[in-house]
Amino acid sequence: MEPAEIIQHSGGAIGAAWLMIALPLVGAAVLLLGGRRTDKFGHLLGVLMAVASFVVAALSFAQLLGFAPGERRRGIELYDFIPGLAKVGLLVDPLSISFCLLITFVGSLIHIYSIGYMAHDPNRRRFFAYLNLFVAAMLLLVLADNYVALFVGWEGVGLASYLLIGFWQHKPSAATAAKKAFIVNRVGDFGLLIGIFTIFATFHTLAFNDVLANADKASSGTLTAIGLLLLVGACGKSAQLPLQSWLLDAMEGPTPVSALIHAATMVTAGVYLIVRSGPIFQGAETAQLVVTIVGVATLLAGAIIGTAKDDIKKALAGSTMSQIGYMVLAAGIGPAGYAFAIAHLITHGFFKADMFLGAGSVMHAMNDEVDMRKYGALRKVMPVTFVTFLIGYLAIIGFPLLSGYFTKDGIIETAMEHNAILGWLAVLGAGITGFYMSRLVFMTFFGAKRWEPTAHPHESPAVMTWPLIILSVGAIGLGAFLVLGNRFMTFLSPAVGAPEEMPSFHPFSLTGLVTLALVAIGAAFAWVKYGRAEVPAVAPRGSFLTVFARRDLYGDALNEALFMRPGQWLTRLAVFFDNRGVDGLVNGLAAGIGGTSGRLRRVQTGFVRSYALSIFLGAAVLAGAWLVVGNL
Amino acid sequence: MGESITFWVLAVVSVIAALGLVFSRRAVYSALMLGVVMLSLAVLYAVQDAPFLAAVQIIVYTGAVMMLFLFVLMLVGVDSSDSLVETIKGQRFWAIVGGLGFAVLLAAGIGNAVVGPAKGLAAATQAGNVPSLAELIFTRHVFAFEVTSALLITAALGAMVLAHRERAEAKPTQKDLSRQRFVAFGRTGKNPAPLPGPGTYARHNAIDMPALLPDGSVSPLSVNRYIARYEESQGILPPEVARVLEQEEAAQQRAAGHTNGHSTPTVAEEARDGGPDTEPMDEEGVVAGRVVRPRGESVRESLSEEDGK
Amino acid sequence: MTTHYLVLSALLFAIGGVGVLVRRNAIVVFMCVELMLNACNLAFVTFARQNGNLDGQLIAFFVMIVAAAEVVIGLAIIVTIFRTRRSASVDDVSLLKY
Repeated sequence: MEPAEIIQHSGGAIGAAWLMIALPLVGAAVLLLGGRRTDKFGHLLGVLMAVASFVVAALSFAQLLGFAPGERRRGIELYDFIPGLAKVGLLVDPLSISFCLLITFVGSLIHIYSIGYMAHDPNRRRFFAYLNLFVAAMLLLVLADNYVALFVGWEGVGLASYLLIGFWQHKPSAATAAKKAFIVNRVGDFGLLIGIFTIFATFHTLAFNDVLANADKASSGTLTAIGLLLLVGACGKSAQLPLQSWLLDAMEGPTPVSALIHAATMVTAGVYLIVRSGPIFQGAETAQLVVTIVGVATLLAGAIIGTAKDDIKKALAGSTMSQIGYMVLAAGIGPAGYAFAIAHLITHGFFKADMFLGAGSVMHAMNDEVDMRKYGALRKVMPVTFVTFLIGYLAIIGFPLLSGYFTKDGIIETAMEHNAILGWLAVLGAGITGFYMSRLVFMTFFGAKRWEPTAHPHESPAVMTWPLIILSVGAIGLGAFLVLGNRFMTFLSPAVGAPEEMPSFHPFSLTGLVTLALVAIGAAFAWVKYGRAEVPAVAPRGSFLTVFARRDLYGDALNEALFMRPGQWLTRLAVFFDNRGVDGLVNGLAAGIGGTSGRLRRVQTGFVRSYALSIFLGAAVLAGAWLVVGNL
Repeated sequence: MGESITFWVLAVVSVIAALGLVFSRRAVYSALMLGVVMLSLAVLYAVQDAPFLAAVQIIVYTGAVMMLFLFVLMLVGVDSSDSLVETIKGQRFWAIVGGLGFAVLLAAGIGNAVVGPAKGLAAATQAGNVPSLAELIFTRHVFAFEVTSALLITAALGAMVLAHRERAEAKPTQKDLSRQRFVAFGRTGKNPAPLPGPGTYARHNAIDMPALLPDGSVSPLSVNRYIARYEESQGILPPEVARVLEQEEAAQQRAAGHTNGHSTPTVAEEARDGGPDTEPMDEEGVVAGRVVRPRGESVRESLSEEDGK
Repeated sequence: MTTHYLVLSALLFAIGGVGVLVRRNAIVVFMCVELMLNACNLAFVTFARQNGNLDGQLIAFFVMIVAAAEVVIGLAIIVTIFRTRRSASVDDVSLLKY
């Protein structure tokens, strides 16, 4: 089934969809330009803007449901950005509205949570300003109806991410992490930019509607090139191999940031890009294959990294990488996988945000301690956090009937049908997920107390626990709601198309059972190693594999060896060449002329008689010459 | 034949005079040599049927221009003599090479350019030399002639402007000068009164005759040092003057011993220094053998300069 | 005979030129310049007779006028320089150099 036509629209909540972007943007502007005067109410204004944006999104969603399925793609024209080249418009369709709801709903909850989490930070207002800026940029990214506006939003979220990772810029590690994220993202952005250039060169337009409708007219080679370039952009933003290295360091930012940007929303922009550009990828099988390979590789790499991390946030970050790997895998499969990719994206947004916020709650209680080896037995002290975290945990490992069970198994099933090798690797990833998530939960909430003497853990305030509860409700039921009866696939089909045959859900398929068994084995292994046994306070040296995982699979070392060192040599060479070669030439020339002139000017003695002598001799020579010539 | 004799005589004279002009150390001699050359040339002009130019040469050059030279020489210092040591490396050698080269080249070039005997000016000056020249000047070349008048006026004005100097402060009146003298007397004890002229109470008032004090001895204030030095070198210094000078010298040495390190001049020194110099001259004074001080300098400056000597 | 006059003129001109170059007293330098001008005048007068044309004498006349004006100005400049620098040496006026 092909995507539906876009219908120009005005009026109603959808006509006012630009408010979704404008409101948080205004909030950010007021908070940033207002300075200290807005300190008192800054956080409330930020929350208000996020919630208002959510209300607009919800109203738009309601209005969209009022149309027939074939008329659910509504375009809104705003203005001519570059006359004749790029009109700025918004595209409200099932895909973008799903993102809008996720972003604004989870965003609002995280805003509220941040009131409590950042209560003691002197720069809380600035934090909310950046959060609002992020929400605005992210909404622009998903609502844009062309690649230029998408790129503006893309860069906007990159900026917000940079600002928020480096929010505690007094910590050198945070500042470095922010720069690292920015630079690695830049690599991806270059890919995206060149991809956009190629699109424009091929199609002479950048609007999704025109590009995607005509995608089949371009040669498959061009489409492959565009697809791979877009994939580079997606890899940078979504922390996929080989541009994954920034995500783990990005955990230096405040935990709500990790939850909102580096788990629930921004890092999924790559998945959005691939799904949105679906027709391009469908025309280029090679590109699709590369996308799926990248997805599988990342899901395994993220899982392996997650097994070895003692830092609770970094373990969760590894898990995020891994889960986005699943989404990218699904997105690379084609229309059959799109719905599962987006569904998993949404449920993941809920349960991962839930767990990140839970981790934030734990850190809040433990004096910002992130080392899980210094946790333990927190389930009794922090019951609400424990229960909500447990729900998120069960959802991510795919415990039957919870969200992850439906969406992740959907991805695995689809992958299995698409390519058995990819499917079995995805199953393996699920098993590892079961292990490392269980390890995380056991180390944090079970076992003996390994607290620092100064730690006095306590349950977090209501403003922080309520978002956890709401998110965990989503983590429980959203998967079933979306997947059962192919509800989400049907909803999305006008936007991204759908496979010829709707998949049917088999609760006891072979793949599902094997997955469950592997997850159970992983969890049991984790219980043996970390639940029942004593957890050493200092990480043991570990086997080669452990070190390999702990070092992020030597990703940083690889980057340094492959890019940083040669870059440094190249820079040194360039500097040397500039100093000695270019400057040497210029300076040598200048010095030569200067030296010659310095010697030559000594001729100007100031003695009139010297000058007169030269005139006299010159006249004599002239007279001689005249005589000679005259006698010839 | 007569012309040949005249030429050879004058040519030798003028070349020798020209060489003298270049190589004499004293500017005055140079000026006199130049006068000789100009007069010789005037005669040569006259010989070559140019009586008007000969007259102009004598009147304008030898009369006016040379006088101007001499005036300026007087102003700048008539006895100043150049050292003939060359300070610029290679200057003299190359100058002589150039000069010789020029002489040879010009002689060879211009001298050989002439072919055939002279036409003579008889045809051109039928109305006489001066009327013919006048006719040319006031007809064909009248514009150039008028322009030269403008040139001369401009030159005269320019010379005035260049030589003129604005007075920076009011000219001191006699009252001011008198006050200055007495201030100086109060401060350093310098004698405010005019020094005694030569010959007072003496047998005659010649410049070399010192004044006599009432007791008949010589007043050291009135001894002209230049003359005394000259007479000493000639051995004709009158014994009474010599005695006075010896006494004064002894007194000075004593004073120098006492006032060692003091910069304020003693009365004796003052008398010695100022005495003979100031005696025969007025405020802008001229003393034989000394460079003439240009006019217009303030009295204060000239006084202090004198004190410093 | 004409050749003799011209050779004399050339000799005087060269002597004047050498004088300009070797003497340092500005007044003497000026005198040497005058000598050169006079040498030129001699050549003019000689050529006037050689060619039977009064124009040579006329030019000599103008040269004299210009020379007079030049001397006036030149000497005024020398006096001014002497007044400020207490020197009539052309080598002392050598500030305009490298």
